[in-house]
Amino acid sequence: MSKVLMKGNEAIAEAAIQAGCRYFFGYPITPQNEIPAYMAKRLPQAGGTFLQAESEVAAINMVYGAAGAGARVMTSSSSPGISLKQEGISYIAGAELPCLIVNIVRGGPGLGGIQPAQSDYFQSVKGGGHGDYHLVVLAPSTIQEMVDLVQEGFDIADQYRNPVMILGDGMLGQMMEPVEFEERKSRRLPPKDWATTGWKGDRPRAVINSLFINPQVLENHVNKIYRKYQEIKANETMAECCNCEDAEIIVSAYGTTARIVKSAMEMAARKGIKVGLIRPITLWPFPTETFQEWAQRDHVKAFLTVEMSMGQMVEDVTLSIGGKKPSHFYGRTGGMVPNPADILAEIEKVRGGNA
Amino acid sequence: MDPERFILFTGHFGSGKTEIAVNYAMHSADSGQKTILVDLDIVNPFFRSTEVKEQLEAQGVKVISPNFVSTGVDVPSLPAEIYSVFTDQAAKVIIDVGGDETGARALGQYFPYFQKEAYRMYYVINTKRPLSSTKEDILSMMREVQRMSRLEISHLVNNTNLSYETDICDIIEGHALISQVSKSVNKPIAYTAGVRDLLDQLPDDLKSSVFPIKLFMKPPWR
Repeated sequence: MSKVLMKGNEAIAEAAIQAGCRYFFGYPITPQNEIPAYMAKRLPQAGGTFLQAESEVAAINMVYGAAGAGARVMTSSSSPGISLKQEGISYIAGAELPCLIVNIVRGGPGLGGIQPAQSDYFQSVKGGGHGDYHLVVLAPSTIQEMVDLVQEGFDIADQYRNPVMILGDGMLGQMMEPVEFEERKSRRLPPKDWATTGWKGDRPRAVINSLFINPQVLENHVNKIYRKYQEIKANETMAECCNCEDAEIIVSAYGTTARIVKSAMEMAARKGIKVGLIRPITLWPFPTETFQEWAQRDHVKAFLTVEMSMGQMVEDVTLSIGGKKPSHFYGRTGGMVPNPADILAEIEKVRGGNA
Repeated sequence: MDPERFILFTGHFGSGKTEIAVNYAMHSADSGQKTILVDLDIVNPFFRSTEVKEQLEAQGVKVISPNFVSTGVDVPSLPAEIYSVFTDQAAKVIIDVGGDETGARALGQYFPYFQKEAYRMYYVINTKRPLSSTKEDILSMMREVQRMSRLEISHLVNNTNLSYETDICDIIEGHALISQVSKSVNKPIAYTAGVRDLLDQLPDDLKSSVFPIKLFMKPPWR
């Protein structure tokens, strides 16, 4: 198929349909409204069901139900709406159900604003809902990567029976770029023999549940989920490294911010400053080993994490490099987007301090 | 410049109306004409003409935006100030309408005014956009936009592009498809829009009606 020009939000929706998603439950909120709008138009044509629920709480519980019945299902929202969905997300993780949750992040806290932000990192990666669980969190930085990760995300969810989150921001949702939808190879996925599709007496009854009153039974259940997380860490961790081989300063950024950092790196190169970039693509599992490797190199003098937040991912970067190199932070928040010149100034400041 | 006092830019969602409206307004002001740009987009939260208000005003274009625009209060509320453009007979008024029939709905309420004075309503098309890549899809959206706005499209604009990956062939292919649309509704293609470098490569028969644009709606790394 030839390239088309798409908004990030439209691309997410089309990618989901092409990945076989036939159920969408959501509630509108800026800046992700093009996802439900596109789904409302296209899903019925594809033989699917779009439903605008009465609230975010209802929408996520519809996702729970459809996922329990073995359907490929998704929901999308933006920050305050994702906060409302947290109880359901925890239930879905507890009941080990596969689904895709998209968060096109806007400024917070509270109702915040409608401009792009990355201040939901903690919520997504550290578990916004209650209990011991993790989402697999994927952070695209181009519209094409958004398409690829949506399709991959559904497969990861099915393979491990775990909810997957696409963490974008308003910029990625609203901007337009050329994209291509290629014929994709699906993973070999286990059969959904656990799904509640009606009991015909030919197998044990399928039960979808996250309630375990006996503490020993619950501990066993959580341990089982955590063994699965070890497997996900080993198999699914992704990061992009760019110009790290001879870098004095390694900048770390994800999503939109990584694009801005790349422009700042070009400006730095013109000034003779060697800057590398580590861009985590999976925020959970976090690419800890990649950071550890580069932190051991002598030519790397310091790390600088850049985010559209007051400093969230920087905690994981600092933990990963384990004190081997200084860890600095630069961020804008509330919907303010850093520009390449600001980031370059910060790189120069870090370099000056470490010279 | 066009003789009508009111110039309306409509189109499908993401067709590039805003870039064209902004450029058109700047040209108009450059020619010494008193110019007002009305941002009537109630669909897009960002990448809108109000974001280049400073540059527009520096060039002498007055900008009228929806209430609460870019504040985070995403309420589609339009200011009473818009009515002033219908009384200020000296001003050229460029209206940047939101995409699809949803965006065109905002135009409907000014219907009585457009009965009294001539207007030119452009319909901007990018054939590289989803749901706008076939003649049938384009025609169906045009009908919806006309129905919602209760106004009639007078001219088409070919704005076929793949952003920074646009090839001259994309523009030519887009022109061929839009020509079919043009024939079937009997409305002329007024312009082929694009960045100057690309338009210079067009074959001669398309060169006569080009509208070179400067790009304003860009993410911070471009």
